[in-house]
Amino acid sequence: MAETTRADTLSTNGHRRETIPSPASTEAGEARPGLIERALRAATDQVTRRIPAADLDERDPDYIRESLPRLWLLASIYFRAEVRGLGNIPETGPVLLVGNHSGGNLTPDTGVFTLAFSAYFGIERRFYQLAHNLVLSMPGLGMLRKYGTVAASPENAETALSSGAALLVYPGGDYEVHRPIWERHKVDFNRRKGFIRLALEQGVPIVPVVAVGGQETALFLSRGERLAQTLLLDRLFRLKVLPISIAPPWGLNVGDMLGHFPLPAKITMEVLPPIHLTQEFGADPDVDEIYDHVVRLMQDTLDALAAERRLPIVG
Amino acid sequence: MRVACGIDISAPRELVWEAITDPARYLHFMAGLTRWEVASDEPTGLGARYRMLMRVGSAEIGGLVEVVEWDELGDLAWTSVTGLDQRGRWRLRERPQGHTRVEFRLSYGVAGSGLFGWLAEQVAAPMVRANLRRSLQQLKRQVEHEQLRALAAQRRSRSAV
Repeated sequence: MAETTRADTLSTNGHRRETIPSPASTEAGEARPGLIERALRAATDQVTRRIPAADLDERDPDYIRESLPRLWLLASIYFRAEVRGLGNIPETGPVLLVGNHSGGNLTPDTGVFTLAFSAYFGIERRFYQLAHNLVLSMPGLGMLRKYGTVAASPENAETALSSGAALLVYPGGDYEVHRPIWERHKVDFNRRKGFIRLALEQGVPIVPVVAVGGQETALFLSRGERLAQTLLLDRLFRLKVLPISIAPPWGLNVGDMLGHFPLPAKITMEVLPPIHLTQEFGADPDVDEIYDHVVRLMQDTLDALAAERRLPIVG
Repeated sequence: MRVACGIDISAPRELVWEAITDPARYLHFMAGLTRWEVASDEPTGLGARYRMLMRVGSAEIGGLVEVVEWDELGDLAWTSVTGLDQRGRWRLRERPQGHTRVEFRLSYGVAGSGLFGWLAEQVAAPMVRANLRRSLQQLKRQVEHEQLRALAAQRRSRSAV
Protein backbone atom coordinates (compact mmCIF):
# COMPACT_ATOMS: atom_id res chain seq x y z
CA MET A 1 0.00 0.00 0.00
CA ALA A 2 2.82 2.34 0.94
CA GLU A 3 4.53 1.57 -2.36
CA THR A 4 1.40 2.50 -4.28
CA THR A 5 1.10 5.78 -2.45
CA ARG A 6 4.75 6.61 -3.16
CA ALA A 7 4.38 5.80 -6.86
CA ASP A 8 1.27 7.90 -7.06
CA THR A 9 2.89 10.94 -5.57
CA LEU A 10 6.20 10.85 -7.42
CA SER A 11 6.65 12.30 -10.85
CA THR A 12 8.98 10.78 -13.45
CA ASN A 13 11.91 12.90 -12.32
CA GLY A 14 11.66 11.76 -8.73
CA HIS A 15 9.85 14.83 -7.42
CA ARG A 16 6.71 14.71 -5.40
CA ARG A 17 3.81 16.14 -7.34
CA GLU A 18 2.68 19.35 -5.76
CA THR A 19 -0.78 20.74 -6.00
CA ILE A 20 -1.37 24.43 -5.68
CA PRO A 21 -4.03 25.14 -3.13
CA SER A 22 -5.93 28.27 -4.05
CA PRO A 23 -7.98 30.42 -1.73
CA ALA A 24 -11.05 29.49 -3.82
CA SER A 25 -10.59 25.73 -3.56
CA THR A 26 -9.62 25.69 0.11
CA GLU A 27 -12.45 27.90 1.24
CA ALA A 28 -15.24 26.66 -0.98
CA GLY A 29 -14.17 23.01 -0.95
CA GLU A 30 -15.26 21.65 -4.31
CA ALA A 31 -15.73 25.04 -5.94
CA ARG A 32 -14.68 25.23 -9.61
CA PRO A 33 -11.10 26.45 -10.03
CA GLY A 34 -10.85 30.07 -11.05
CA LEU A 35 -9.11 31.48 -14.08
CA ILE A 36 -5.96 32.47 -12.18
CA GLU A 37 -5.69 29.06 -10.57
CA ARG A 38 -6.09 27.28 -13.90
CA ALA A 39 -3.46 29.51 -15.46
CA LEU A 40 -1.05 28.80 -12.58
CA ARG A 41 -1.66 25.06 -12.87
CA ALA A 42 -1.10 25.18 -16.62
CA ALA A 43 2.18 27.06 -16.15
CA THR A 44 3.34 24.58 -13.49
CA ASP A 45 2.43 21.65 -15.73
CA GLN A 46 4.40 23.16 -18.59
CA VAL A 47 7.54 23.47 -16.47
CA THR A 48 7.05 20.06 -14.82
CA ARG A 49 6.71 18.44 -18.23
CA ARG A 50 10.00 19.98 -19.34
CA ILE A 51 11.92 18.56 -16.37
CA PRO A 52 13.59 15.43 -17.68
CA ALA A 53 13.22 12.12 -15.92
CA ALA A 54 16.08 11.64 -13.48
CA ASP A 55 17.80 8.75 -15.16
CA LEU A 56 21.33 8.22 -13.84
CA ASP A 57 22.14 6.33 -17.05
CA GLU A 58 21.94 9.61 -18.96
CA ARG A 59 25.45 10.41 -17.75
CA ASP A 60 27.68 9.93 -20.77
CA PRO A 61 31.40 9.39 -19.96
CA ASP A 62 32.43 9.74 -23.62
CA TYR A 63 30.68 13.09 -23.87
CA ILE A 64 32.37 14.26 -20.67
CA ARG A 65 35.76 13.12 -21.96
CA GLU A 66 35.35 14.90 -25.27
CA SER A 67 34.21 18.10 -23.60
CA LEU A 68 37.04 18.21 -21.04
CA PRO A 69 39.32 20.30 -23.32
CA ARG A 70 36.53 22.88 -23.64
CA LEU A 71 36.07 22.99 -19.86
CA TRP A 72 39.83 23.10 -19.40
CA LEU A 73 40.13 26.15 -21.69
CA LEU A 74 37.32 27.91 -19.87
CA ALA A 75 38.69 27.07 -16.41
CA SER A 76 42.37 27.69 -17.17
CA ILE A 77 42.19 30.75 -19.41
CA TYR A 78 38.96 32.54 -18.53
CA PHE A 79 38.54 31.79 -14.83
CA ARG A 80 42.23 31.06 -14.02
CA ALA A 81 40.81 28.39 -11.76
CA GLU A 82 42.67 26.52 -9.08
CA VAL A 83 41.31 23.46 -7.27
CA ARG A 84 43.17 22.26 -4.19
CA GLY A 85 42.84 19.21 -2.00
CA LEU A 86 41.25 16.74 -4.43
CA GLY A 87 43.27 14.07 -2.66
CA ASN A 88 40.95 14.56 0.34
CA ILE A 89 38.13 12.86 -1.54
CA PRO A 90 38.06 9.12 -0.75
CA GLU A 91 39.46 7.17 -3.70
CA THR A 92 36.48 4.86 -3.97
CA GLY A 93 32.92 4.53 -2.78
CA PRO A 94 30.01 6.91 -2.42
CA VAL A 95 30.68 10.36 -1.06
CA LEU A 96 28.57 13.44 -0.53
CA LEU A 97 30.35 16.54 -1.77
CA VAL A 98 28.83 19.64 -0.19
CA GLY A 99 29.58 22.96 -1.83
CA ASN A 100 28.83 26.62 -1.33
CA HIS A 101 26.95 27.89 -4.35
CA SER A 102 27.91 31.01 -6.27
CA GLY A 103 27.48 32.76 -9.59
CA GLY A 104 23.74 32.98 -10.23
CA ASN A 105 22.07 30.63 -12.68
CA LEU A 106 25.36 30.11 -14.51
CA THR A 107 27.60 28.70 -11.82
CA PRO A 108 31.20 28.56 -13.00
CA ASP A 109 32.23 26.66 -9.84
CA THR A 110 30.35 23.57 -10.95
CA GLY A 111 32.06 23.49 -14.35
CA VAL A 112 35.48 24.00 -12.78
CA PHE A 113 34.86 21.27 -10.22
CA THR A 114 33.48 18.83 -12.80
CA LEU A 115 36.65 19.27 -14.84
CA ALA A 116 38.90 18.87 -11.80
CA PHE A 117 37.05 15.79 -10.51
CA SER A 118 36.84 14.08 -13.92
CA ALA A 119 40.50 14.76 -14.70
CA TYR A 120 41.69 13.66 -11.27
CA PHE A 121 39.64 10.49 -10.79
CA GLY A 122 38.93 9.75 -14.45
CA ILE A 123 35.60 9.80 -16.21
CA GLU A 124 35.15 6.18 -15.17
CA ARG A 125 34.25 7.25 -11.64
CA ARG A 126 30.57 8.06 -11.50
CA PHE A 127 29.89 11.62 -10.44
CA TYR A 128 26.48 13.27 -10.23
CA GLN A 129 25.35 16.77 -9.40
CA LEU A 130 21.96 17.90 -8.14
CA ALA A 131 20.46 20.93 -9.86
CA HIS A 132 17.30 22.98 -9.57
CA ASN A 133 14.38 21.87 -11.74
CA LEU A 134 14.41 25.11 -13.68
CA VAL A 135 18.06 24.72 -14.63
CA LEU A 136 17.39 21.29 -16.08
CA SER A 137 14.29 22.42 -17.93
CA MET A 138 15.98 25.45 -19.53
CA PRO A 139 16.31 25.17 -23.29
CA GLY A 140 19.89 24.54 -24.37
CA LEU A 141 21.00 23.06 -21.06
CA GLY A 142 20.05 19.47 -21.89
CA MET A 143 23.73 18.58 -22.10
CA LEU A 144 23.97 18.96 -18.31
CA ARG A 145 22.32 15.55 -17.98
CA LYS A 146 25.24 14.05 -19.90
CA TYR A 147 27.54 15.39 -17.20
CA GLY A 148 25.45 13.57 -14.60
CA THR A 149 23.24 16.46 -13.49
CA VAL A 150 19.89 15.34 -12.11
CA ALA A 151 16.95 17.21 -10.59
CA ALA A 152 17.48 18.00 -6.92
CA SER A 153 15.29 15.72 -4.83
CA PRO A 154 15.91 13.37 -1.88
CA GLU A 155 14.95 10.38 -4.04
CA ASN A 156 17.49 11.21 -6.75
CA ALA A 157 20.20 11.85 -4.18
CA GLU A 158 19.55 8.49 -2.51
CA THR A 159 19.61 6.69 -5.87
CA ALA A 160 22.90 8.29 -6.84
CA LEU A 161 24.62 7.53 -3.54
CA SER A 162 23.32 3.99 -3.29
CA SER A 163 24.76 3.35 -6.75
CA GLY A 164 28.19 4.06 -5.24
CA ALA A 165 28.68 7.42 -6.96
CA ALA A 166 30.08 10.71 -5.77
CA LEU A 167 27.33 13.28 -5.46
CA LEU A 168 27.74 17.06 -5.44
CA VAL A 169 25.03 19.04 -3.67
CA TYR A 170 24.58 22.70 -2.94
CA PRO A 171 22.37 22.92 0.16
CA GLY A 172 22.10 26.71 -0.19
CA GLY A 173 20.61 26.26 -3.67
CA ASP A 174 18.85 29.22 -5.26
CA TYR A 175 18.93 31.10 -1.93
CA GLU A 176 22.70 31.11 -1.65
CA VAL A 177 23.59 31.38 -5.33
CA HIS A 178 21.82 34.74 -5.64
CA ARG A 179 23.14 36.33 -2.44
CA PRO A 180 24.15 39.97 -2.86
CA ILE A 181 27.73 40.79 -3.77
CA TRP A 182 28.53 42.15 -0.28
CA GLU A 183 27.79 38.67 1.10
CA ARG A 184 30.01 36.96 -1.47
CA HIS A 185 32.34 35.60 1.18
CA LYS A 186 29.56 34.07 3.26
CA VAL A 187 28.46 30.42 3.39
CA ASP A 188 24.68 30.63 3.63
CA PHE A 189 22.72 27.36 3.50
CA ASN A 190 19.62 29.07 4.92
CA ARG A 191 19.56 26.40 7.69
CA ARG A 192 18.85 23.64 5.12
CA LYS A 193 19.98 20.41 6.71
CA GLY A 194 18.63 17.77 4.33
CA PHE A 195 22.14 16.92 3.19
CA ILE A 196 23.09 15.82 6.71
CA ARG A 197 20.09 13.51 7.02
CA LEU A 198 20.94 12.12 3.58
CA ALA A 199 24.56 11.41 4.58
CA LEU A 200 23.42 9.78 7.83
CA GLU A 201 20.81 7.60 6.11
CA GLN A 202 23.23 6.51 3.42
CA GLY A 203 26.21 6.18 5.77
CA VAL A 204 28.47 8.22 3.51
CA PRO A 205 31.09 10.81 4.45
CA ILE A 206 30.55 14.50 3.79
CA VAL A 207 33.36 16.24 1.92
CA PRO A 208 33.04 20.05 1.97
CA VAL A 209 34.03 21.88 -1.21
CA VAL A 210 34.61 25.60 -0.72
CA ALA A 211 34.81 28.03 -3.62
CA VAL A 212 35.58 31.71 -3.86
CA GLY A 213 35.24 34.03 -6.85
CA GLY A 214 32.01 32.77 -8.40
CA GLN A 215 29.93 35.51 -6.82
CA GLU A 216 32.07 38.12 -8.57
CA THR A 217 30.97 36.98 -12.04
CA ALA A 218 28.10 39.50 -11.89
CA LEU A 219 27.01 42.34 -9.63
CA PHE A 220 24.33 40.61 -7.57
CA LEU A 221 22.16 43.21 -5.83
CA SER A 222 19.24 41.39 -4.23
CA ARG A 223 17.66 37.96 -3.97
CA GLY A 224 14.26 39.52 -4.64
CA GLU A 225 12.50 37.24 -2.16
CA ARG A 226 9.46 39.50 -1.77
CA LEU A 227 9.14 39.79 -5.52
CA ALA A 228 9.20 36.00 -5.88
CA GLN A 229 6.57 35.64 -3.19
CA THR A 230 4.31 38.25 -4.76
CA LEU A 231 4.52 36.52 -8.14
CA LEU A 232 3.82 33.09 -6.51
CA LEU A 233 7.10 31.73 -7.91
CA ASP A 234 7.79 29.78 -4.72
CA ARG A 235 4.55 27.82 -5.14
CA LEU A 236 4.78 27.48 -8.88
CA PHE A 237 8.43 26.62 -9.52
CA ARG A 238 9.93 26.07 -6.05
CA LEU A 239 11.67 29.41 -6.57
CA LYS A 240 12.19 31.33 -3.36
CA VAL A 241 13.99 34.16 -5.09
CA LEU A 242 13.79 36.41 -8.13
CA PRO A 243 17.30 37.83 -8.18
CA ILE A 244 18.19 41.29 -9.34
CA SER A 245 21.70 41.85 -10.65
CA ILE A 246 23.73 43.91 -13.07
CA ALA A 247 25.31 41.57 -15.58
CA PRO A 248 26.37 41.60 -19.21
CA PRO A 249 24.82 41.62 -21.77
CA TRP A 250 21.54 42.70 -20.15
CA GLY A 251 22.61 45.46 -17.80
CA LEU A 252 19.88 45.26 -15.19
CA ASN A 253 19.04 41.56 -15.01
CA VAL A 254 15.86 40.49 -13.21
CA GLY A 255 15.40 36.78 -12.67
CA ASP A 256 18.54 35.68 -14.54
CA MET A 257 16.28 33.28 -16.44
CA LEU A 258 18.25 33.67 -19.65
CA GLY A 259 21.55 33.49 -17.85
CA HIS A 260 24.23 36.11 -18.29
CA PHE A 261 27.74 36.48 -19.57
CA PRO A 262 29.89 35.82 -16.50
CA LEU A 263 32.73 38.20 -15.71
CA PRO A 264 36.17 36.54 -15.76
CA ALA A 265 36.61 36.27 -11.98
CA LYS A 266 39.42 34.09 -10.69
CA ILE A 267 37.98 31.00 -9.05
CA THR A 268 39.76 29.16 -6.28
CA MET A 269 38.35 25.99 -4.74
CA GLU A 270 39.46 23.92 -1.81
CA VAL A 271 38.32 20.42 -0.95
CA LEU A 272 38.39 19.70 2.79
CA PRO A 273 39.05 16.36 4.49
CA PRO A 274 36.05 14.03 4.74
CA ILE A 275 33.75 14.19 7.77
CA HIS A 276 32.65 10.72 8.89
CA LEU A 277 29.50 11.64 10.77
CA THR A 278 28.92 8.68 13.07
CA GLN A 279 32.64 8.40 13.86
CA GLU A 280 32.92 12.05 14.78
CA PHE A 281 29.47 12.75 16.25
CA GLY A 282 28.44 9.37 17.68
CA ALA A 283 25.82 6.79 16.75
CA ASP A 284 22.91 9.16 17.31
CA PRO A 285 24.27 12.51 16.18
CA ASP A 286 22.63 15.88 16.56
CA VAL A 287 21.85 17.25 13.10
CA ASP A 288 22.08 20.87 14.30
CA GLU A 289 25.52 20.26 15.77
CA ILE A 290 26.75 18.72 12.51
CA TYR A 291 25.24 21.58 10.51
CA ASP A 292 27.02 24.17 12.64
CA HIS A 293 30.28 22.23 12.39
CA VAL A 294 30.14 21.88 8.58
CA VAL A 295 29.17 25.51 8.03
CA ARG A 296 31.86 26.74 10.44
CA LEU A 297 34.53 24.66 8.69
CA MET A 298 33.46 25.93 5.30
CA GLN A 299 33.20 29.53 6.48
CA ASP A 300 36.71 29.41 7.98
CA THR A 301 38.07 28.06 4.70
CA LEU A 302 36.16 30.63 2.68
CA ASP A 303 37.55 33.40 4.90
CA ALA A 304 41.08 32.08 4.29
CA LEU A 305 40.51 31.87 0.52
CA ALA A 306 39.00 35.37 0.51
CA ALA A 307 42.02 36.69 2.40
CA GLU A 308 44.26 35.50 -0.45
CA ARG A 309 42.41 37.73 -2.90
CA ARG A 310 43.90 41.14 -3.49
CA LEU A 311 41.26 42.50 -5.87
CA PRO A 312 37.73 41.47 -6.86
CA ILE A 313 37.53 39.58 -10.18
CA VAL A 314 41.32 39.76 -10.66
CA GLY A 315 41.81 37.54 -7.63
CA MET B 1 50.10 17.38 -29.97
CA ARG B 2 53.68 16.24 -29.53
CA VAL B 3 56.14 17.99 -27.28
CA ALA B 4 59.80 16.95 -27.13
CA CYS B 5 62.84 18.17 -25.25
CA GLY B 6 66.42 16.93 -25.03
CA ILE B 7 69.46 17.38 -22.83
CA ASP B 8 73.05 16.08 -22.53
CA ILE B 9 73.91 14.53 -19.19
CA SER B 10 77.51 14.03 -18.09
CA ALA B 11 76.94 10.54 -16.83
CA PRO B 12 76.86 7.05 -18.33
CA ARG B 13 73.65 5.65 -19.78
CA GLU B 14 73.32 3.09 -16.99
CA LEU B 15 72.92 5.78 -14.35
CA VAL B 16 70.32 7.68 -16.35
CA TRP B 17 68.43 4.47 -17.14
CA GLU B 18 68.40 3.59 -13.46
CA ALA B 19 66.84 6.96 -12.66
CA ILE B 20 64.12 6.89 -15.30
CA THR B 21 63.08 3.32 -14.56
CA ASP B 22 62.66 3.83 -10.82
CA PRO B 23 59.03 4.87 -10.19
CA ALA B 24 59.91 6.12 -6.70
CA ARG B 25 62.09 8.87 -8.20
CA TYR B 26 59.56 10.35 -10.61
CA LEU B 27 57.97 12.71 -8.09
CA HIS B 28 61.45 14.02 -7.27
CA PHE B 29 62.54 15.05 -10.73
CA MET B 30 59.38 15.38 -12.84
CA ALA B 31 58.09 18.96 -12.80
CA GLY B 32 54.32 19.40 -12.48
CA LEU B 33 53.82 15.77 -11.54
CA THR B 34 51.46 15.37 -8.58
CA ARG B 35 51.10 11.60 -8.69
CA TRP B 36 53.09 8.64 -9.99
CA GLU B 37 51.94 5.47 -8.27
CA VAL B 38 52.60 1.89 -9.22
CA ALA B 39 49.32 0.24 -10.25
CA SER B 40 50.58 -3.21 -11.27
CA ASP B 41 52.21 -6.20 -9.58
CA GLU B 42 55.56 -5.47 -11.18
CA PRO B 43 56.84 -1.96 -10.38
CA THR B 44 59.00 -1.78 -13.51
CA GLY B 45 59.43 -3.46 -16.87
CA LEU B 46 57.23 -4.09 -19.84
CA GLY B 47 53.58 -4.05 -18.81
CA ALA B 48 54.13 -2.05 -15.60
CA ARG B 49 51.30 0.34 -14.91
CA TYR B 50 51.30 3.68 -13.19
CA ARG B 51 48.58 6.06 -12.08
CA MET B 52 49.89 9.51 -12.92
CA LEU B 53 48.74 13.11 -12.83
CA MET B 54 50.43 16.27 -14.05
CA ARG B 55 49.23 19.77 -13.23
CA VAL B 56 48.58 21.63 -16.46
CA GLY B 57 46.65 24.89 -16.21
CA SER B 58 43.78 24.53 -13.78
CA ALA B 59 43.58 20.74 -13.72
CA GLU B 60 45.62 17.72 -12.79
CA ILE B 61 45.57 15.68 -15.96
CA GLY B 62 46.64 12.11 -16.57
CA GLY B 63 45.28 8.67 -15.88
CA LEU B 64 46.48 5.09 -15.93
CA VAL B 65 49.49 4.46 -18.18
CA GLU B 66 51.23 1.25 -19.19
CA VAL B 67 54.81 0.65 -20.29
CA VAL B 68 54.64 -0.70 -23.84
CA GLU B 69 58.27 -0.51 -24.87
CA TRP B 70 61.27 -1.50 -22.75
CA ASP B 71 64.52 -1.51 -24.65
CA GLU B 72 67.19 -1.86 -21.95
CA LEU B 73 69.38 1.28 -21.70
CA GLY B 74 67.72 2.67 -24.81
CA ASP B 75 64.01 3.39 -25.06
CA LEU B 76 61.20 3.37 -22.55
CA ALA B 77 57.71 4.20 -23.82
CA TRP B 78 54.28 4.22 -22.23
CA THR B 79 50.78 4.74 -23.45
CA SER B 80 47.55 5.66 -21.68
CA VAL B 81 45.01 3.04 -20.66
CA THR B 82 42.48 5.48 -19.17
CA GLY B 83 42.27 9.26 -18.97
CA LEU B 84 43.82 11.67 -21.41
CA ASP B 85 45.26 10.05 -24.56
CA GLN B 86 49.00 10.16 -24.13
CA ARG B 87 52.18 8.51 -25.22
CA GLY B 88 55.47 9.19 -23.51
CA ARG B 89 58.99 8.16 -24.41
CA TRP B 90 62.43 8.32 -22.87
CA ARG B 91 65.16 7.91 -25.46
CA LEU B 92 68.76 7.48 -24.26
CA ARG B 93 71.73 7.55 -26.63
CA GLU B 94 75.41 7.30 -25.82
CA ARG B 95 77.65 10.29 -26.52
CA PRO B 96 81.47 10.48 -26.42
CA GLN B 97 83.31 10.92 -23.09
CA GLY B 98 80.75 8.98 -21.12
CA HIS B 99 77.92 11.45 -21.77
CA THR B 100 74.32 10.54 -22.49
CA ARG B 101 71.84 12.27 -24.75
CA VAL B 102 68.36 12.13 -23.20
CA GLU B 103 65.22 12.89 -25.13
CA PHE B 104 61.83 13.12 -23.48
CA ARG B 105 58.76 13.08 -25.73
CA LEU B 106 55.13 13.40 -24.79
CA SER B 107 52.19 13.22 -27.18
CA TYR B 108 48.78 14.05 -25.78
CA GLY B 109 45.24 14.89 -26.79
CA VAL B 110 41.61 13.85 -26.49
CA ALA B 111 40.29 11.97 -29.49
CA GLY B 112 36.97 13.34 -30.73
CA SER B 113 37.23 16.67 -28.95
CA GLY B 114 37.25 18.68 -32.21
CA LEU B 115 38.31 22.29 -32.54
CA PHE B 116 38.31 22.96 -28.80
CA GLY B 117 40.49 19.93 -28.30
CA TRP B 118 42.99 21.23 -30.85
CA LEU B 119 42.93 24.67 -29.25
CA ALA B 120 43.40 23.25 -25.76
CA GLU B 121 46.39 21.22 -26.99
CA GLN B 122 48.01 24.37 -28.45
CA VAL B 123 47.38 26.39 -25.29
CA ALA B 124 48.68 23.58 -23.07
CA ALA B 125 51.81 22.97 -25.16
CA PRO B 126 54.00 25.72 -23.60
CA MET B 127 53.01 24.54 -20.10
CA VAL B 128 53.77 20.90 -20.91
CA ARG B 129 57.04 21.87 -22.62
CA ALA B 130 58.08 23.90 -19.57
CA ASN B 131 57.36 20.89 -17.34
CA LEU B 132 59.40 18.62 -19.61
CA ARG B 133 62.35 21.04 -19.73
CA ARG B 134 62.39 21.43 -15.96
CA SER B 135 62.10 17.66 -15.54
CA LEU B 136 65.16 17.11 -17.74
CA GLN B 137 67.13 19.79 -15.89
CA GLN B 138 66.25 18.19 -12.57
CA LEU B 139 67.08 14.72 -13.88
CA LYS B 140 70.45 16.00 -15.12
CA ARG B 141 71.22 17.62 -11.77
CA GLN B 142 70.26 14.53 -9.79
CA VAL B 143 72.11 12.03 -11.98
CA GLU B 144 75.27 14.17 -12.27
CA HIS B 145 75.34 14.74 -8.52
CA GLU B 146 75.02 11.01 -7.99
CA GLN B 147 77.85 10.45 -10.44
CA LEU B 148 80.04 12.99 -8.62
CA ARG B 149 79.24 11.44 -5.25
CA ALA B 150 80.09 7.97 -6.60
CA LEU B 151 83.40 9.19 -8.03
CA ALA B 152 84.27 10.97 -4.79
CA ALA B 153 83.51 7.81 -2.82
CA GLN B 154 85.78 5.83 -5.15
CA ARG B 155 88.60 8.35 -4.68
CA ARG B 156 88.22 8.22 -0.91
CA SER B 157 88.33 4.43 -0.84
CA ARG B 158 91.42 4.41 -3.10
CA SER B 159 93.30 6.93 -0.93
CA ALA B 160 92.36 4.96 2.18
CA VAL B 161 94.01 1.85 0.67
